[in-house]
Amino acid sequence: MKTDWSQLWPKLVDSFGQTLQMVSVTLVVGGFFGLLIGLGLYVTRKGNLFPNAVVFNVLNVLVNIIRPIPFIIFITAIRPVTLQLTGATIGTGAVIFPMTVMAAFAFSRIVEQNLVALDPGVVEAARAMGASRLRIIWSVIVPEALAPLILGFTFLFVGVVDMSAMAGAIGGGGLGDFAIRFGYQKFNNEVTLVTVIIIILMVQAAQFIGNGLAKKALRR
Amino acid sequence: MSGTTSAMVRFSDVTKTFVGDNGPFNAVDGVTLDITRGEIFGVIGYSGAGKSTLVRLINALELTSGGTIEVDGRSITGLPEGALREVRAGIGMIFQQFNLLSSRSIAGNISYPLEVARWPKAKRKARVAELLDFVGISDKAKQRPSQLSGGQKQRVGIARALATNPGILLADEATSALDPETTQDVLALLKKVNAELGITVVVITHEMDVVKTICDRVAVMERGKVVELGDVYSVFANPRHPATRRFVEATIKDRPSKDALERLRRRHPHHLITVSVHEDGTSGGRITDVLSANSVQGSIIFGGISEVTERPFGSLTWELVGTPADIARSIETLKGYTRVVDLGTAEHPLADPDAYAPGTETDRPDAQSPSAPLPLDRLAAENAAQIGGIDPGNPNPLGGFRKGNR
Repeated sequence: MKTDWSQLWPKLVDSFGQTLQMVSVTLVVGGFFGLLIGLGLYVTRKGNLFPNAVVFNVLNVLVNIIRPIPFIIFITAIRPVTLQLTGATIGTGAVIFPMTVMAAFAFSRIVEQNLVALDPGVVEAARAMGASRLRIIWSVIVPEALAPLILGFTFLFVGVVDMSAMAGAIGGGGLGDFAIRFGYQKFNNEVTLVTVIIIILMVQAAQFIGNGLAKKALRR
Repeated sequence: MSGTTSAMVRFSDVTKTFVGDNGPFNAVDGVTLDITRGEIFGVIGYSGAGKSTLVRLINALELTSGGTIEVDGRSITGLPEGALREVRAGIGMIFQQFNLLSSRSIAGNISYPLEVARWPKAKRKARVAELLDFVGISDKAKQRPSQLSGGQKQRVGIARALATNPGILLADEATSALDPETTQDVLALLKKVNAELGITVVVITHEMDVVKTICDRVAVMERGKVVELGDVYSVFANPRHPATRRFVEATIKDRPSKDALERLRRRHPHHLITVSVHEDGTSGGRITDVLSANSVQGSIIFGGISEVTERPFGSLTWELVGTPADIARSIETLKGYTRVVDLGTAEHPLADPDAYAPGTETDRPDAQSPSAPLPLDRLAAENAAQIGGIDPGNPNPLGGFRKGNR
């Protein structure tokens, strides 16, 4: 079977664009909320800056409930909320919402783990200098943990690309959807292979940039 | 204490209770003491004695569970977080692990407290340069903490702690991660901070050597309580609590232990005496004069003389050979101007009243009764009166202590 790339190429470019859109919006919004939740988990721990067992446990349980749900099921389970917020349950826009929620909760754990590994001594030193707790969060905790946070964010990128492949299930489009429709369902391995290569290149590029930024952040 | 105004930090019956896995325990237990303005005050104790918690109560990194703390005449107990931040900004602190921000340069680290205190940028820059110069690492401004040696890192820590002109500097095991030589450099710098800037320095340590080198007064802590307090020389000269004795023994090593004394007696069967060498300048030469005047032959068989708060301190153990009458006369003469412990002969041994035999007393940190009455001999009782006298069971450090005369 001969592949007609003149027909497929524009569709591939569209799909690539959709993937980029889904991934970038999810990373920015999900990354932001993930950082907040992760910081929340960290600072409300016993003995930390804002120890609060109630907030910690609520966040902790929430993360533990959301994270293990397979994404394809999560998309359908959260559908009513998606409809309320985006006015639609299908399409690229509609899939970004569940992706963002899932990414935020996934990233929050990565953030928390990296912050817990932080030397509490630097936080104590900043406290001893009279810095406020909020100031310590943005001027000590985040900068000191920046390199691992960047690497964690890069890890999240790969997970989000993976999630975006399932967007096709609710008409979200993207590279995953393209590979299923024009590769798998049409028994065209060539299309599948090309799509896979594009995804691999994307992930490699992201990892390369992430490593570079992390190295720069370390500077030690 | 000479009055309210001289106390830079005043602890009044302060208790700090933590709730651990085995229930609540008092990390700091009913501590009452004053730290005098302008002095270098040492807090010594083994790990877990509560000294780190005690010092963190001063800058409110830990809050008291009972009692009150005054800093510079102002009670900090019960202040809201905002006011505590002001208190902290007026107290510098350095740490065993330096706790420098690895995300910032050396200059950036020193600048941090100035940013917190909202200094304008130009003023910050000038102050950072000044501080780098003071601690002697002007050439390291642009480097990262990881590029510095331990001693240099602690210099950065000191510069950072001094940035906002604090009245107090807290040093939490500041030299414990450093080698002996670097330790001396950093201690000299702390002394300079105290002498040139007039900053009250509180030093926490588990090394008596640190206390001996720079402190004016020292508090010995065990299980949350201050078990001995006084000017450093007196505490060294007459340690009364077992914990203090262990610290002094570990540093000076001038007196033979019980075991060592037995070995000495085997090698030196004649009359043994231990003569204290104190600040009054009792020299080996003067002892020799007394001995030869009484036709007694003496040779030094054990001892050590070191410097405590810049004054000579230690003792020498002599073997004396001569007639019993001559020896008795020599000892009487020596007792006229220094402390002499008569150890007798191998045949008729006399016990060393201060002998410390490791592990044989109930003085280990895990022992059950820290406040058990101590066997105070007559001389110790005299000296206790001289240095102010704390009943180990009822420390009352407000009673008549004076700053060491340096």
